[in-house]
Amino acid sequence: MPTLSLNMRAALLSILLLAFGLLIWEAAIPAQKLATELTEYERLTGSGSPKAGVPPPSQVFAKAWQELSNPFYDAGPNDKGIGIQIGYSIYRVLAGYLLAALVAIPLGFLIGMSPIAYKALNPFIQVLRPISPLAWMPLALFIIQDSEASAIFVIFICSIWPMLINTAFGVAGVRSDWVNVARTHELNPLKTAFTVILPAAAPTIVTGMRISIGIAWLVIVAAEMLVGGTGIGYYVWNEWNNLDLTSVIFSILMIGIVGMLLDAMFGFLQRRVAYVE
Amino acid sequence: MKPYLSIENMTQQFPDGNGGALTVFENATFGVEKGEFVVILGHSGCGKSTIMNILAGLAEPTSGAVVMDGTEVKGPSLDRGVVFQNYSLLPWLSTLKNVTFGVAARHPEWTKSQVIEHSTKYLAMVGLEGDVIHRKPSQLSGGMRQRVSIARAFANHPKLLLLDEPFGALDALTRGTIQDELLKIWGGTEQTVFMITHDIDEAILLADRILLMTNGPFARVAESVEITIPRPRNRTEIIEHPNYYAIRNHLVHFLGTRSKAMAGAQSDKSHPNRPQTVRIDKTDGADDPEGRQPALRAVNS
Repeated sequence: MPTLSLNMRAALLSILLLAFGLLIWEAAIPAQKLATELTEYERLTGSGSPKAGVPPPSQVFAKAWQELSNPFYDAGPNDKGIGIQIGYSIYRVLAGYLLAALVAIPLGFLIGMSPIAYKALNPFIQVLRPISPLAWMPLALFIIQDSEASAIFVIFICSIWPMLINTAFGVAGVRSDWVNVARTHELNPLKTAFTVILPAAAPTIVTGMRISIGIAWLVIVAAEMLVGGTGIGYYVWNEWNNLDLTSVIFSILMIGIVGMLLDAMFGFLQRRVAYVE
Repeated sequence: MKPYLSIENMTQQFPDGNGGALTVFENATFGVEKGEFVVILGHSGCGKSTIMNILAGLAEPTSGAVVMDGTEVKGPSLDRGVVFQNYSLLPWLSTLKNVTFGVAARHPEWTKSQVIEHSTKYLAMVGLEGDVIHRKPSQLSGGMRQRVSIARAFANHPKLLLLDEPFGALDALTRGTIQDELLKIWGGTEQTVFMITHDIDEAILLADRILLMTNGPFARVAESVEITIPRPRNRTEIIEHPNYYAIRNHLVHFLGTRSKAMAGAQSDKSHPNRPQTVRIDKTDGADDPEGRQPALRAVNS
């Protein structure tokens, strides 16, 4: 028997684990009684309804197939396709995230270049950083008076810190030899920043960006549960109110997959800017 | 008349951590002529690297001045190219781009193809041709990296080329090859070079003149030894030259004992510390009555 490569064997094991997990899940769900077998009382309380119990994976797959085959339908405020809901979430995440990057990266540069700016701003960063982003929500809703913009603000405030800190750290850690190369070649400060410091600090900065996008995706679900209206977080909560656990499980899986894709994008960017000393 | 590069009454002090000041060197005064290859030799801690950083404009002396070609050195400049010991190549750029980086900074008016052509020429001069120039520095050996660094410096035709122990991190065989490359590329130019080294043989092979530094603190450039071996030199032939061992013995003796004995002597603060010129030449002194003793002739300049 030919030996499979490590990757092949790992993939095989993954598939086996998945199949095993799904099998246990499927087997653990008690068989549903047919509606005709239910007592009057059971019918009234809904305990016989398939939607009231944890659905087996086969139902989740059926739901996923149904949703993914038509992801962009829009049948009113409470009935939108999964594609539209995820689209809203991604839009909010990217809007808040890009705003945060626009602030955090230049500010991180400043803090990294100037010890006095670092010392002066450090206390604020240390106090603001550990605040749960959702704690900002009431204040944001009051000041901004718009739930959409408040959700974006919450994303902004949660994704700014890892980018800010990593940028400052990366910039401060640029080897003085490389800066000296720029100085002996008479590069002006702007050119030095772009041709020497930015590429030198890029791996650290992108690591911060990758952490930030992960946090932003975690936070958007919770934020949308609070602000409501649209988005994958709202969708989860809405389906919970509908007691449609099949949809809840399906959307949980979708949140995981989108999060993985966002992370993979930054993983790719990270490999692009990496260098070996 | 002033020399091309003139170091005048240069003093460097650092805080010693107890509120006082530690004087590395004091009133150092010496010059380098245009087109001259000057090597500075001395033990670690005597302030060689500090002198180098001041000449490069990366550091400022506590007092004193550096004047090059009639203007005072203030801050780094493209007129003073530096080859650092650790190569200082930018690791995210390819070999070629590390050189074009410098050339483009020197000649902002050149087109991209001019810059590439010029850079490729200088890389070829240090033996880097073909696919190698598209590799990243991490994919090159230490010797090749230093060649790139040398090519980058020479390609810019600086008025003064500063070499900070350029071969210090290389193994002896590679060092020899690159010294030859350096001699070859230098021979075709009128480049003024100021170099730091620990290696006596390297200094004799490359230098027109060797400046000897005493140990610090209060280090000074005590002697300026002329290398009376005609060029072009070659590592296997210079050891045959009658002056070679005389000069070498003088240098070894200085570094071994005299640099220590002369250390710490605080000199008269009002006078510049000029090095004493030493000329050792046994070729015209075959009838030297002192026989094997190197003929020392101190010429106070």
